[in-house]
Amino acid sequence: MISKIATLGFLAAVAALAASPASAQATLDVVKKRGKVLCGVSPSSAGYSYADDKGVRKGFDSDVCRAVSSAVFGAPDKVEFVPLNTNIRFQALQSGEIDVLSRQTTMTFSRDNSLGLDFGPVVFYDGQGLMVNAKLGVKSASELSQAAICLLPGTTTLQNLEDYFKPRGIKYESVVFEDNNEWRNAFFSGRCDVITTDRSDLASVRAVANDPKQFVILPETISKEPLAPVVRQNDSNWKDIVSWSVYTLIAAEEYGITQANVDEKLQSKEPEVQRMLGVTGDLGKMLNLDNKWAYNIIKQNGNYGELFERSLGEKTPLGLTRGPNQLWTKGGLLYSPPFR
Amino acid sequence: MASSSSNPLRLLNDLRVRAVLYQVVAVALVVGVGLYLFGNVSRKLAEQNIATGFAYLDRPAGFVISQSFIAYESGNSYARALLVGILNTIFVSVFAVILATTLGLIVGIARLSRNPMLSLLAKLYVEALRNVPLLLYLFLWYALIVAVFPPVREAWQPIPEVFVSNGGLIVPSLRWSPAHSGVLLAALAGVVLAFVVAGRLRRQRVATGIERPAWPFVLLALLLPPLLATLLLQPDLVVNWPEKGRFRITGGVQVTPEFTALLVGLGLSSSAGIAEIVRAGILSVGRGQWEASRSVGLRDGQTMRLVVLPQALRVIVPPLTSSYLSTFKNSSLAIAIGYPDLVMVSNTTMNQTGQAIEGIAIFMLVYLGMSISISLFMNWYNARVALVER
Repeated sequence: MISKIATLGFLAAVAALAASPASAQATLDVVKKRGKVLCGVSPSSAGYSYADDKGVRKGFDSDVCRAVSSAVFGAPDKVEFVPLNTNIRFQALQSGEIDVLSRQTTMTFSRDNSLGLDFGPVVFYDGQGLMVNAKLGVKSASELSQAAICLLPGTTTLQNLEDYFKPRGIKYESVVFEDNNEWRNAFFSGRCDVITTDRSDLASVRAVANDPKQFVILPETISKEPLAPVVRQNDSNWKDIVSWSVYTLIAAEEYGITQANVDEKLQSKEPEVQRMLGVTGDLGKMLNLDNKWAYNIIKQNGNYGELFERSLGEKTPLGLTRGPNQLWTKGGLLYSPPFR
Repeated sequence: MASSSSNPLRLLNDLRVRAVLYQVVAVALVVGVGLYLFGNVSRKLAEQNIATGFAYLDRPAGFVISQSFIAYESGNSYARALLVGILNTIFVSVFAVILATTLGLIVGIARLSRNPMLSLLAKLYVEALRNVPLLLYLFLWYALIVAVFPPVREAWQPIPEVFVSNGGLIVPSLRWSPAHSGVLLAALAGVVLAFVVAGRLRRQRVATGIERPAWPFVLLALLLPPLLATLLLQPDLVVNWPEKGRFRITGGVQVTPEFTALLVGLGLSSSAGIAEIVRAGILSVGRGQWEASRSVGLRDGQTMRLVVLPQALRVIVPPLTSSYLSTFKNSSLAIAIGYPDLVMVSNTTMNQTGQAIEGIAIFMLVYLGMSISISLFMNWYNARVALVER
């Protein structure tokens, strides 16, 4: 604990003291000179970012980092992953320890405006949910009066819960854990009746249970949790690179460009696809990148749908449906501005 | 000035001038570096558009805390939430120190026992607890409590209306009122009074040599204040019976498993250290003291209590101080097992507001302040035992 506090204090101090690379130098130059992107991710979150048995980071959030690497370097593996817990993630970004934070982070007004940070486009529309043991026979959050609820500290979770329950007059006992494993175990062992976090994360928790069928995610979504990558403020070129890397993933799915067919799509007659893939125009140059940047992202990582199915989708242990994370053309919320 | 020379550089050769000069330079360096850091931090924070200042302490915290000794709800300010955290830290530390001291004394003495079985057991206890990091023990105790005890719905009832489950121990309580607080204060006053009376009687006995039974007076001093207070304030006895709900048991007083695990973890781990300190202290008292006391007819227990321990205290108290300090500081591991101490509340606050520098400054100040208070108290106590021994 003390060492964690020390880290936090150190980072906070560094954030303030260091001639911060953010203001002094463009992040893109620093990244190119260093030869890799430093990307802050979850230490261990199934589906989003976890190290597999060979130590390779897998998951949706890690893939977003790889997409940025592809855009900048034309290779997906020029990323160094920095595992960060919720408590030190923003300080790590402020201080220049990382270049981009891709870590199930909710975009909120005060974070955007008081932390010296900018948010990229939303990569995952999430919402806080509640999960209970099926044996309790609970059907709705309104039945949870007097329940004990297991939480993680330092996220928006705690306040959302109070915002939802207080006006409804529901009293509860909160048990807050710093440690992910203790938090899960306390729930699995019945110390708490309810566990709460973003719905995607609940799926991640359920996926590691002995018997996932034993647990039910209640229908209520008690908050909006738009998860987005984060960069330091006042570096619009770097923010554009991260943002348009995400838009590329989304637009590629919309235009039916996949990892497999991207080479054929170079012959596409569609003007927008031609511009995006760098066949015509010089969109890449406007970002100070190679004109093949978007082609590289898709070729090396796939499109949004492929990323989703690979890490979060119905065939994975998480078994998430697309829900609001569907293209706007299919009734979802994913929408990329035009590539022109 | 000692130097008679008019050359000011010659002054530097004067030892007193030098001494003062070093002090001035040291202070100037510290203050200078401090100012530089402060200025730099403020400037950089402003440059990066990061909010600063302590204004956030007045804003509503918006989160609940499961254990609190003062009235607190989510609409209260961050400052009050932090106060709740501080009180929780102090509460668990005080109990842990009491537990550790009691156990440490017993184990330390057992370690020196002539009974080989007992001293071996004490040795095993000390080695097992001292050689494994506290955090692992916290996880162990917590996991044991949560795994061994049944879920709340199947709570055990060892005696009626007392519930034991992995949600904690729940016992009936009195509905508290100011009258109850009054009686409690009177009871504390009774304890103090009893000590004073006992001390006086002992001094009288030593001075006059007349043996009179002291206990009726001591008992009277102990019981009189709370009895009087009860008669005067007339606290009503409304019992808050625990009641089983759908999920939890409400009413009564609850001791949470998080608190218990932390208390046991902190208490046991530091008791091992204290046992070693006690052992060293006792060994430091010469054999002659034992032999002398035996020769005047004191029994072993009396020798320990009246002759050896008072002398051993001189050796025991200083390291005991640092043991108490680390117990207090180690309580910050609470967050790992979900006890809402200062660090947990502070972390949540820092995350919601993003103001890490202020948050860290606050809990550094609190820990520093508390540690210094403990040190000052222990130093005062040390001076007292040292004087007695003169």
